Amino acid sequence: MTILIKNGTVIDPSRKLEKKLDVLIKDGKIASLVAPNASSGSADHVIDATDKFITPGLIDIHVHFREPGDEEEETIASGAAAAVAGGFTTVCCMPNTKPTLDNEAQIEFILRESQRVGLANVYPTGAITKGREGKELAEIGQMHERGAVGFTDDGVGVGDASVMRKALQYANMFDTVLMQHCEEPTLSKGAMHAGLVSTTLGMPAVPAEAEQLMIARDLLLNRTINCRYHVQHISTAWSVELIRRGKKDGQRVTAEVAPHHLLLTDECCRDFDTNFKMNPPLRTAADVAACIEGVKDGTIDLLATDHAPHLAEEKELEFQFAPNGIIGLECALALYIKALIEPGHIGWIRMIEMMTVKQAQIVKLKKGTLAEGADADVTIIDPNLKWKIDKESFVSRSRNCPFHGWEVTGRAVCTIVGGAVKWTLPA
Amino acid sequence: MSESTEVRWTRKHLLGLEELSVDEISLVLDTALSFKEVSTRSVKKVPALRGRVMVNAFFEDSTRTRTSFALAAQRLSADILDFSEKTSSTSKGETLIDTARNIEAMGVDIIVLRHKAAGSAHLLARSVKCSVVNAGDGAHEHPTQGLLDLYTIRERFGRIEGLKVAIVGDVANSRVARSNIWALTKFGAKVFLVGPPTLLSKSFEQLGCNVVHSFDSIVGDMDVINMLRVQFERIQSSQFPSVREFTRMYGLTWDRFQRCKKDVFVMHPGPMNRGIEIQSDIADGPQSGILTQVTNGLAVRMAVLYLVSQVGGQS
Repeated sequence: MTILIKNGTVIDPSRKLEKKLDVLIKDGKIASLVAPNASSGSADHVIDATDKFITPGLIDIHVHFREPGDEEEETIASGAAAAVAGGFTTVCCMPNTKPTLDNEAQIEFILRESQRVGLANVYPTGAITKGREGKELAEIGQMHERGAVGFTDDGVGVGDASVMRKALQYANMFDTVLMQHCEEPTLSKGAMHAGLVSTTLGMPAVPAEAEQLMIARDLLLNRTINCRYHVQHISTAWSVELIRRGKKDGQRVTAEVAPHHLLLTDECCRDFDTNFKMNPPLRTAADVAACIEGVKDGTIDLLATDHAPHLAEEKELEFQFAPNGIIGLECALALYIKALIEPGHIGWIRMIEMMTVKQAQIVKLKKGTLAEGADADVTIIDPNLKWKIDKESFVSRSRNCPFHGWEVTGRAVCTIVGGAVKWTLPA
Repeated sequence: MSESTEVRWTRKHLLGLEELSVDEISLVLDTALSFKEVSTRSVKKVPALRGRVMVNAFFEDSTRTRTSFALAAQRLSADILDFSEKTSSTSKGETLIDTARNIEAMGVDIIVLRHKAAGSAHLLARSVKCSVVNAGDGAHEHPTQGLLDLYTIRERFGRIEGLKVAIVGDVANSRVARSNIWALTKFGAKVFLVGPPTLLSKSFEQLGCNVVHSFDSIVGDMDVINMLRVQFERIQSSQFPSVREFTRMYGLTWDRFQRCKKDVFVMHPGPMNRGIEIQSDIADGPQSGILTQVTNGLAVRMAVLYLVSQVGGQS
């Protein structure tokens, strides 16, 4: 089985490549990249990518697929379908399911279900602590062996410093990555960012320091251990600065930022619309600017959606009682373009780098590249396609999206996973 | 009945004072003025809302506000339903919206909502077809309290503009404070918020208020002092060290009262903790407007019910 993608521009940041090339896929692998018209033109399937970008399959190491436990919100199958519809070929799902992904049987379940579904590659992360309770270490070694690509208690941070210290020491043995949801639990009782808007609304609020404290603590704990440490969904200006300093000190620290923390502020909460409620909460315009600056100077390594499905009826509650989170996979690419490319903050090669090879490095997957011999995970992007985000058109099971109705530019039009076309934008 | 016939009330709901214009607030106060007279008649009733149904939906304890709304509705000849649910309905598996839709299905024209969550009245207004009047949503707003406080101050001084008004105590957790801030600043009063930094963030300055941590530094300069109720559950969460320290620093004690302006006007939204935020003889003394506030509350709530029902009834 061969696929030839013709007439497009290849953007492959893993090899600093931005060039008009044809891509030949053979038996699930990248066979060759050749100059336009140099290829024989014979293939089982030819895709015309005129005026389009051909990139390594997009990766998102931070999604919630709710299976097992809350299958009415999302399943591995529906989540993987949403992923390929957004141009993502590989995603890493978080362990805050019911029950928690905190043992090897659960890890095995996700991997098997991902294979059975056969859309995007879904890799599990395991919990750092049993039941994500922050007390006892989960079986990190066994889960790692079985295929967990990283460890996190996401949804909450590991609050106990002694537990976190042990986790860093222990996980370092496997050279795996600890991903932290940075939120000091004693400062976390709130529904939105603590600032002028929360003061005006009388809403219980979380100060920016809740995030910063845990980042600072973990960087200190990790100074001598130097485990690979990844800050999830960064949201405040000082968080960016702390990571900048950590990197300067030579620490093995990386960070991700979500689309909503690049585009929205706590001003959006004024109407009590729970589609603007997430954790970490929307912060101020100054925080957004600092996150963008962090993307520009490389402090922030990658872009991750924190795709968090919830049913409409769950979100249809009083703001402070509604669950946190929004979905993101199907509109993330266009939102990153709007936040980062359209204003001229970064170029395409850097953005695709943050969505592919940088992600693969952190979870140690041999993906995120179009090098010959690599898995043929490929995304074809139309950078000029204008479209309107319509939550009703999503294939995700949930609809909790604050970007509904936004006019955006740029969209994945074809998603190829393992050498097979898994999704094509309907004409 | 209103002198400002130019201004028309167009709101189906009363959710807060933040979004109201000066003209709209004036219209409510003027309407209240005409309704206040009803309470002085031997037959204390007008037929304005005959055949309409108002429900008091209270998800939090309240005596004053609930009975005030009930009596206001009765004086307008409305039928009244009382729905009190101390525990959150969500704990019983029914959402606020479902509860409200069920109430509405009984043919209700106005839901008066008291709820512990900020924004709950807004949530309701988006979900039901009838009018919603916010009777206190979390620490967000308590618009009828703000209106009756404004009414009472205007009645006493004949104006609002230029008056120096102190709001003292647990400002952070007070919906009364927020509604007062909107009402007073719109009308040009100078608002001084007084309390410890743990109960009064600097952000309030951006709402056009002076943020003051020393009550003594401003007490002699105030025309109006509005004492907020000390909420004891806040002490347990260590937002201030002890009741006696609070009283020492922020209570309206006799000693402080001596340093007030001669014609200072003392207010309190109730219920009072006598001897804690306010000394009894001040609360009961000639400078106190506390019971006047309660009396005016009735007229203001009649005005609000009347105005929203005129709009709600047209839809």
